This record gives sequence, structure tokens and C-alpha cells, in this order.
Amino acid sequence: MKIAVTSKGRDLGSAVDPRFGRAAYILVVDPSSMKFEVVDNSGNVNAFKGAGIQAASMVSDKGAEVLLTGFCGPNAYKTLQAAGVKVVNDVSGTVQEAVTAFQEGKLLFAKNANVEGHW
Amino acid sequence: MIISVASGKGGTGKTTVATNLAFSLEKDVQILDCDVEEPNAHLFLHPDIKDRMSAFTPVPEIDKEKCTYCKKCSDICRFNAIAVLKDIILTFPELCHSCGGCMEVCPEKAISETGRELGVVERGMAGSVGFVHGRLRIGEAMSPPLIKKVRSFIVDNIVNIIDAPPGTSCPVITAMKKTDYVLMVTEPTPFGLHDLKLAVEAVKILGIPHGLVINRSDIGDNGVKDYAKKEDIPILMEIPFDRKIAEAYSNGKLVVQEMPEWKEEFLALYRKIEKLVGQRR
Repeated sequence: MKIAVTSKGRDLGSAVDPRFGRAAYILVVDPSSMKFEVVDNSGNVNAFKGAGIQAASMVSDKGAEVLLTGFCGPNAYKTLQAAGVKVVNDVSGTVQEAVTAFQEGKLLFAKNANVEGHW
Repeated sequence: MIISVASGKGGTGKTTVATNLAFSLEKDVQILDCDVEEPNAHLFLHPDIKDRMSAFTPVPEIDKEKCTYCKKCSDICRFNAIAVLKDIILTFPELCHSCGGCMEVCPEKAISETGRELGVVERGMAGSVGFVHGRLRIGEAMSPPLIKKVRSFIVDNIVNIIDAPPGTSCPVITAMKKTDYVLMVTEPTPFGLHDLKLAVEAVKILGIPHGLVINRSDIGDNGVKDYAKKEDIPILMEIPFDRKIAEAYSNGKLVVQEMPEWKEEFLALYRKIEKLVGQRR
């Protein structure tokens, strides 16, 4: 299984980026080995519109089954749901801490987007 | 002749100038209220609406039988209005800017056009003045396509007065471009001047001749006049801060109806514009 985590930096000690669509990086982590791939999301940071949709497509392409992030808007959530990616919102701390908390069953999957869409 | 009335800052008197100018002219004239997010010219003109039509903008519809999920459509869309996920394709019509790029690049011809409602365009007459305006659908974020529909009713060989929205972004540009003259209504305050400068910079890029109407001209400071002098922008009219004008406005009446002496002032304004446009041609 792979877990995608929005991150402010390029390593597991970086803080979770609360933004999803416009996160600086997305780390795709294999929790069994803690090996990870760094996805540079800078192209999306300056997207006109639909950054969340694009980021969601990318998370799906990378084969992640779970996304840990801070805030996920309605269009991103809809895309992730269609791709079968489960979402955990309101995640904080470092990427490592987030993945560990998820492994320990401390995080709950979201049933909805947790922020409104923005224009 | 197409005159657009713009301002930068909101609430400076665009609609007051546009409606009174239209009503003062003794020639064929129509007013096009392009402030489709909050049209208000009808509140003063009380037009008899004879024609009402919904306006649509094309958005993609995907034939899932034909789609091979190649992603060419989502790759070309700079607004991310299409997402392709393995064997699922999603469209987000509210993000679509109707460029048609997805249809062009689809190798399977799997994309056709369907419509997203933008709002309505209403037409009628206010006395002898022609009237057109748009009302944006509540929840619709993009006003320029509806503004273009309103503008499609511009008539050659008559005077068309466009009441533009405030600001300097896409809706204002859509309302101002390809007009013969931009009349900028401002107020002599630091806030009015600040936004006027932004609007003037935009009009300069569009290359349209422009002049000022200073509303509530006997209050505030000299900043606007100093700026106009420095930039060589003609001041075509000044409207004082007058309780009677405010009362007419508050009652949904035109200044030229309540204070007929103003009709000559608006006619003079039109003659100045005509002359300035003529010089350019």
C-alpha cells in the first residue's frame, strides 16, 4: 500500500502541508518500509483553477490508496473518491508522525470535503 | 458609436452618467448594462422588457463508450476542468472556460458540447431608449461570456452606451474593449484616484481614447485633477455633490427628469465625446 501525504518539504521530517491542491510537495510513502517518492507539486501551486483536481489525479496516478492532508475541497474530494483514494483531513505534525498515526489506526477517513471550494 | 462608462472604483456614478446621458440624447440610442453581476440601470430606466432569453456557454460532454482515457483532453485544459483517473473521466463544468481545446485534441471524437447556463439577457425599451442587460445566474462565477452576449446586441449607426462593471479585471475589459470611447467616472477622493489609476492603465493597454467625469466634484481633494493634468486626460464634466441629485437617485429617477437643466450638460458631454472620437478617426 502507498500513502500520499502533503508536505512542506522533501523528507519525512517535514511538516504536513495543510493545503492539498497547492501543497509544496506530496510524499508518496510505503509505510512498511518507510521508503518514499517525492512529488514536486510546484506546477499546481500556481494553477489558475482546479489545483485540487490536478493534485488528486496525480495522487491516483502514483498508486496511492490513502491521502493524508489538512484541507480538502469539494472538487478534489470528488476526484479522489472517483479514483478510490481514501482521504484523511485535519492532519498535522510531520509526515512521519502522520503516517505512524495512520498505521496505529488513530486517524479517521473523511466522509466529505472539509472546506468550501474557492474561486 | 459605442461609449463605455467605467470607473475602477465602484459607486462613483457610472450608472447615473450612463442612464442620464442615454436619456438626454435626441437620437437613436440604447443602453447596455454589462454589470451582469449586479445590473442596476433598470432601476432608473424602468424599461418595458419584451424579450428574455437564457444564455449558455459550451462545456464538454464525454462519450464514455468512445473514450480511451488517453488524457489528451485533461492535459490541454489549463483550468483543470477534466480529470482522467485510470478508467474514469470526470468533468467540472463550472471550471470550464469554453475554449473547445478538449474537443480539438480528442483522437476518438468522444467529446461533444453541452451547455452551462450563464444567466439571462433581457431586452426592451425605456421610452425611446433601447435597453439590454444581463443577469448572471446565482452561483455562476464567470461573467465575461454573459457580457459578450449582452454586447452582441450592439447596433451599428446608433449610439450604444455600455454601463461597465467596476474594477479592472476580465469583466471590465470585456465590457470596455472594442468601444470608441471610455468615459471614466470618478470621485475626488484618494480611494477614487487609486482605482482610477488602475482603470486608466488598463484602458491605455486597450488603446481606447478616454476622458473623465468627476462626480461629487466639490468635495474631497485635488488629487484627481492633478492626476488628470499630469496624464493629459480631459475632464469632460463635473457633477457637484447635490442633495437633489441624491434624492432623484434614491427614488429611482433620472437627474435629467427631476432637474431638466442637466439635460444640456449631458448633451454637451456627448458633443465633446463625439468631437474627441472624430479627431481620432
